[in-house]
Amino acid sequence: MEKLKNRYRYSYILLKQLIKTDFKLRYQNSVLGYLWTLLRPLFLFMILYVVFVVVLKTGGDVPHFGVYLLLGIILWNYFVEVTTGSVGSIVGKGDILRKVNFPRYVIVLAGSFSALINLSLNLLVVSLFMWLGKAEPNHYALLFPLLIAELFVFALAVSFILSAAYVTFRDLNYIWEVIVQAAFYATPILYAFSYVTQKSPIVAKLIMINPVAQIIQDARYGLVTNKTATIASVYHNKMAYVAPIMIVLVLAVFAAIYFRKKSPNFAENV
Amino acid sequence: MGEIENAIQVRAVSKTFKLPHEKVSSIKNIFTNAIGYIRKRRTYEVQQALSDISFEVKKGEFFGIVGRNGSGKSTLLKMLAGIYQPSKGLIEISGRLVPFIELGVGFSPELTGRENVFLNGALLGFSKKEITEQYDEIVDFAELEPFMDQKLKNYSSGMQVRLAFSMAVRAKADVLLIDEVLAVGDADFQRKCFDYFKKLKKDKVTVILVTHDMEAVREYCDRAMLIEKSKIIDIGSTSNIAEKYLKLFSKNSQQFDNKKSQNSNRWGDGSVISEDISMAVEMDSISINQNIKVNNELKGFVAGFRLRDSAGKEITGTNTKIEGVKLPILISGSQASIVWKFPNILSEGNYTVDLAILHADAVTVADWWDEAVKFNVSRARHVPYSIYPGFEITISKSK
Repeated sequence: MEKLKNRYRYSYILLKQLIKTDFKLRYQNSVLGYLWTLLRPLFLFMILYVVFVVVLKTGGDVPHFGVYLLLGIILWNYFVEVTTGSVGSIVGKGDILRKVNFPRYVIVLAGSFSALINLSLNLLVVSLFMWLGKAEPNHYALLFPLLIAELFVFALAVSFILSAAYVTFRDLNYIWEVIVQAAFYATPILYAFSYVTQKSPIVAKLIMINPVAQIIQDARYGLVTNKTATIASVYHNKMAYVAPIMIVLVLAVFAAIYFRKKSPNFAENV
Repeated sequence: MGEIENAIQVRAVSKTFKLPHEKVSSIKNIFTNAIGYIRKRRTYEVQQALSDISFEVKKGEFFGIVGRNGSGKSTLLKMLAGIYQPSKGLIEISGRLVPFIELGVGFSPELTGRENVFLNGALLGFSKKEITEQYDEIVDFAELEPFMDQKLKNYSSGMQVRLAFSMAVRAKADVLLIDEVLAVGDADFQRKCFDYFKKLKKDKVTVILVTHDMEAVREYCDRAMLIEKSKIIDIGSTSNIAEKYLKLFSKNSQQFDNKKSQNSNRWGDGSVISEDISMAVEMDSISINQNIKVNNELKGFVAGFRLRDSAGKEITGTNTKIEGVKLPILISGSQASIVWKFPNILSEGNYTVDLAILHADAVTVADWWDEAVKFNVSRARHVPYSIYPGFEITISKSK
């Protein structure tokens, strides 16, 4: 029991320090430093607003389309940041892996938490525009932390698999880039989801099984406007939530088993 | 009871590395060679890094592991640290083990000295609070106070090592694994290392020291183990192990040279030849043992040797004529042996021995053998000169 406590104490200390280091290194040598974490979503919003709301008008019948877009993109960016960052994370730390015996999962976890800090800062900016744009949050907004938890677990599970698999298959980073690009368009981020539901309800149903799509639509529904589709409205059944949540849980269990099995041999193979 | 427990127990441990002939490390390879994929993956070279290693280290023991480069000793250390997993066998460690085997692991050049202290501290298992408490001591010990807010990349390598070392000595553990720390750093730093070792020994910490430095082994270790070609040669007293380690070099080169004996570095009419050359390199003396085989009887002959350093420079040498030693007349088919013994005042390095047997006229060559034996001298101190006779220095103050 004492041994177990000590083991997690070490992981905790290391995790905190790695997150801190990551943050320090990220904005080093930049004049505005940490401010960029806030400026980035700010500029992103301006660009999105000009391109999609003023010029292209892809919003269709969706109210508050600017904030609606921003929220979707920020949640998506979190997923991309965590997963693409994780692919090479184990291999990138090869130098330390070969010399220190520490719990390997800490590396992946640290990347995940760094991105989570970024996400919360981004969400601050989102809330500013929600207020400015007079978004209409409703009581479903209270479920938002649960959605973030789901996104966190999903991204982390994918990261564990990617980082461990990359040790043996070094093409994975390119493959993952392509998958992410494809998934970006297969997820309702840039376009109003109503276009899809009108054209092909079956495609719409398929799209919503993707946990990230489900999370983004739920978040928009609760925070921005209840005039948007969710997985429940696409399937006309609340039981449909079982599908994405099961995907997340099964993947999480698989990721844990796979990473545990592979991690003792990381030092030899990186 | 009262029995001393083992800190480390290693039972029948083997380690193999699989080195694929064509490494299938990318999926592209699988596509381009889809049929051969499965077959290819099976053809790999198995490199045996360690085979059937068993030993134990008692609590509070200072245990040395010596062996030549590539003998497998670093792999063993990594398995003790839990970085590599044994392919076969079992390693049991009781007590807390320091999880690192090298200095300055995880140092980031883009962070300041101060930030690196906290990062490295975390790898050693110290919380922020614990490091803050010890921070001043760490900086003092490293003598780097004015530089702590500079980035590590602006440190000299000596400064980095000092910082790393002053972190490492903070590590609190029941078992410490140390790999060749003494190889780096100047004399002043080495002295600090030795002081640290003395302290560890006094505090009865279990230490595994992997090193090439036989002086350190003799001075600090209670017992030592010699590994050669992935197997344990011997475990025992430090003087015994150190001697065996040094002998490895001369023994190995003799075998090497016998194979090469047909080459152009050996010539002569072969009437009398040298064979079975062996060497004993002790800390204070060197002996060259030479067997002589007479093929055709000669009316007297002269035997001699010459010592050269790794650059080929002749260091010393002599022959029986110079020394005024009369050799017995030997009939054909008979054998004799000659032992050349002299004080070992050579400094650290690799040396070769050339052997010669000449006719009584000291001109006609019976058997001239360049590089008949190679050997190596290890010293605790390194001087840039060929010989190191040992010095006694007396300093007296005068008014």
